[in-house]
Amino acid sequence: MMEAMALDAVDRRLIVATQGGLPRVPRPYHALADQLGLAADEVMARLRRLLESGVIRRIGAVPNHYALGYTANGMSVWDVPDERIDALGEQVGRLSFVTHCYHRPRALPLWPYNLFAMVHGKSREEVEAQVGQIAALLGADCRAHDVLYSSRILKKTGLRIGA
Amino acid sequence: MDDLDRSIINALQGGFPICDEPYRETAERLGISEAGLIERIERMLADRTLTRFGPMFQVERMGGAFVLAALAVPEADYERVAELVNSLPEVAHNYRREHALNMWFVLATETPAGIDAAIERIERATGLKVYAFPKLKEYFVEMKLAA
Repeated sequence: MMEAMALDAVDRRLIVATQGGLPRVPRPYHALADQLGLAADEVMARLRRLLESGVIRRIGAVPNHYALGYTANGMSVWDVPDERIDALGEQVGRLSFVTHCYHRPRALPLWPYNLFAMVHGKSREEVEAQVGQIAALLGADCRAHDVLYSSRILKKTGLRIGA
Repeated sequence: MDDLDRSIINALQGGFPICDEPYRETAERLGISEAGLIERIERMLADRTLTRFGPMFQVERMGGAFVLAALAVPEADYERVAELVNSLPEVAHNYRREHALNMWFVLATETPAGIDAAIERIERATGLKVYAFPKLKEYFVEMKLAA
């Protein structure tokens, strides 16, 4: 379990104010400061601290994968030996087409897989070739695998924390 | 989407600066005007080329929890169960996937206990077992889908 950083009431207000996005004005941090009744320097200092502590992963744009043409998204899942998973996971995560890579628990007998890697391609064929590359990389350490394609988005809202 | 949009997306996937005039700084790197950059970002948000622009939060570092979970839903009951699951505010994303486990969703809560409570509510409402797949370890990936 990751260590949590202690957030004070001002941090929380800053998070609530920015979770919908950053203002698109020339001085966005000043605009936030005005909105929250803070000094701009304090807003920037707090954001830097939240970045350093990992509460903020990064500040930037999230492209819509579909709009970029990455219409084939597969959740590839792998059964690899537990004692080798960290070394293998690091290698799989480094592949350019893998956007998320996690060690997760198995749920036997239905679910034997412990390594999850999201892959994105511009076609089903491209994703299949990418999965083949992962299989080649894992070699004999791969005991079983599957690819689950998303066939429908049922909901997509993202995290919202309360004020 | 044109080449400039692509350059902007690639530039913005990294770190947007924290300084007085971050748009101007980014625009200069791209060789465009500040107003032009802001206008392009607005347009790409409006037409959903971008789903978000701003800080990306890591909920675990705030003391919260984020768990991937799945259900094996009988086909005849799929729409009803989807509606029930989607109605929970803790459900951030929900996807249909083709497998015996055919509904995959992400639970995001402000405390780890909130996850257990949400799972219990889903199990009670649907009568189905929730398979939880909390991350044991995250492996480093770069943000790198080329636009």
